[in-house]
Amino acid sequence: MERNENAIEVRNVTKSFKVYLDKGAQLKERLLFRKRNRYEERQVLKGISFDVKKGEAIGLIGHNGCGKSTTLKLLTKIMYPDSGTITMKGRVSSLIELGAGFHPDMSGRENIYTNAAIFGLTKKEIDSRIKSIISFSELEEFIDNPVRTYSSGMYMRLAFSVAINVDADILLIDEILAVGDANFQAKCFNKLKEIKAQGTTIVIVSHSLGQIEQICDRSVWIHEGLIRREGNPKEIDLEYLEFMGRKMQETSRKELAEKQTDEQPSAEETSSEENAAEESQEQKKRWGSGKARIRSITAHSADGAEQRVFRTGESITFRIGYTVKETVEDAVIGIGIFNTAGVQCYGTNTRIDKLSDFRLTQNGTAEIILEDVGLLAGEYLIDFAIETGDGIPVDYYREAYRIEMITPQGDVGIARVKHEWKINA
Amino acid sequence: MGTVKELYAYRQMIFSLVKKDLRGRYKGSVLGFLWTFINPLFQLIVYTVVFSFILKTNIERYYLYLFVGLIPWIFFSSSITVGAASVVAQKDLIKKIYFPRMVIPISYVTSCFVNMLLCFIVIFAVIIFSGVGVNFLALLTLPVIMAVEYLLALGMALLASAVTVYFRDLEHILGIISMAWMYMTPIMYDKAIVPERLLPVFNLNPMTHVIECYRDVLYHKQIPDLTSLLSAAGLGILFLFIGCIVFSKLQKHFAEEL
Repeated sequence: MERNENAIEVRNVTKSFKVYLDKGAQLKERLLFRKRNRYEERQVLKGISFDVKKGEAIGLIGHNGCGKSTTLKLLTKIMYPDSGTITMKGRVSSLIELGAGFHPDMSGRENIYTNAAIFGLTKKEIDSRIKSIISFSELEEFIDNPVRTYSSGMYMRLAFSVAINVDADILLIDEILAVGDANFQAKCFNKLKEIKAQGTTIVIVSHSLGQIEQICDRSVWIHEGLIRREGNPKEIDLEYLEFMGRKMQETSRKELAEKQTDEQPSAEETSSEENAAEESQEQKKRWGSGKARIRSITAHSADGAEQRVFRTGESITFRIGYTVKETVEDAVIGIGIFNTAGVQCYGTNTRIDKLSDFRLTQNGTAEIILEDVGLLAGEYLIDFAIETGDGIPVDYYREAYRIEMITPQGDVGIARVKHEWKINA
Repeated sequence: MGTVKELYAYRQMIFSLVKKDLRGRYKGSVLGFLWTFINPLFQLIVYTVVFSFILKTNIERYYLYLFVGLIPWIFFSSSITVGAASVVAQKDLIKKIYFPRMVIPISYVTSCFVNMLLCFIVIFAVIIFSGVGVNFLALLTLPVIMAVEYLLALGMALLASAVTVYFRDLEHILGIISMAWMYMTPIMYDKAIVPERLLPVFNLNPMTHVIECYRDVLYHKQIPDLTSLLSAAGLGILFLFIGCIVFSKLQKHFAEEL
């Protein structure tokens, strides 16, 4: 086989879905309520073309609903395009819905056979792979127990092991590596790299751009049913993130504006039940005496521009606007940064930093400038709080803000530690 | 042709689905697999009582006459009535993963077929113990008759299962059709008593020929009428052909409709 051969060819593919306003699948409904069978045609893909060379790995990126998962479903032949053609060469395996067809009452071993059969493997082929499947899943002790006794992590490990051991020519992956614990994830990731090195063509849909950057040779950015950009993942991903950051800002600004207009009337009719329910929702994330309240939060880069996406190593300035109802004596303002796993990455406040005491008497703003932020790629949730000196919350606002860090480097962990190598070879 | 090749590649899946279906069918019931035999046996008893004591047919060994027709009929009718729902029943699989969709009706019909084969053990037991005996030469044609019926059942199941996805009423309509079809097939009575102007309808019904062939071999102990067998085979291939075409057309939108 030629090295430069295309493994996947997608040509002018379009796909629409019928969104039924009121669907009737029965004879009576179809005949009696003809008019009710109205539907809206929503075009998800508006003409997409791309090629994937044999042995190449590409990542499909884009925001929710842009059509990337639909593209993947068309590639697997679960659905068919309305127009255009898709050509796939070789055996296809998909890590889309792991564990499809698992039977809870059957043992892990039996499920390996049924599940692998769904991928089109013969008994002989499964026999020759069963050892590596079981050892990869690390479920040797439990393999003859019924699958219903498995934890969800074990279940996913088994499913992943089957799918990855199919030895496909083309591997399609949707949101991988949300499987099992960190160790197993690392193992899956290494296995993927190994598979890629063996010449398997890979298509990944993921929100984790870091993973795409590590595996893929090319990123394809799908935006509203069309390919917006494609090329080197490092460039495309950065562009995409910046675009998403701008978009996020717009929506959050809109939300903030809506909230402020909403709050005006709600102050007058505090007795309504709806308000109470809303408030209790809010209370879970926000509590305190209410003498002062955080009104606005913005994040800025070194040049003062407001943004939500930062590169590792950049400086970030948070500007907090607050309103004061009653004077807060001996005030403390704090910040806590958490990653999406809930791990606190950093936290400090004005008292820890030994600022002299201050009191809040009127509306104002506070700023914290974080220099050289070493947080690695990913999303971070930020808590802000106003407290009194004895630790009583005035306004504790959990997950008040959200930022995204990006990094073109592949270092791993929570934060970058400044370092230098010296090798005396 | 590509479809056949692909289905062959997925033979292990068909095999494992059949196994799963056979094992799972009576799971949790006290008598378990015995229901495979009990069900047709009770039907046999009811019909035999009705037709021997109330309606009084003068067919000799009526229980056997009925039995050799009833078992193949149960295979055929369950293939279409329950087979119609088979694709809908596997919607989770269809929405999640690719495999040739025909695998589902094929494995369903195959599992019904295996059930019929098991029931044939009982038929042979009855034949031997009642002293009727067998004609070994005629018996050689039995696999051919079974294969023809399998094609017929598969064609119908493909058609019904694909259409049911878009039109769920069909599942229930088929219950009625299958009952009517049973009485329009000479299972409980002899074709000889059918009025002449109705005969063309009976001759167009492929199951008439299939049942008559079974009866020739197992009840009359003679090699079946060749024209009967040929017309059944011809109709069987036609059914399968239509079923395949309709199924491959309709299957493209299964994932969206389910």
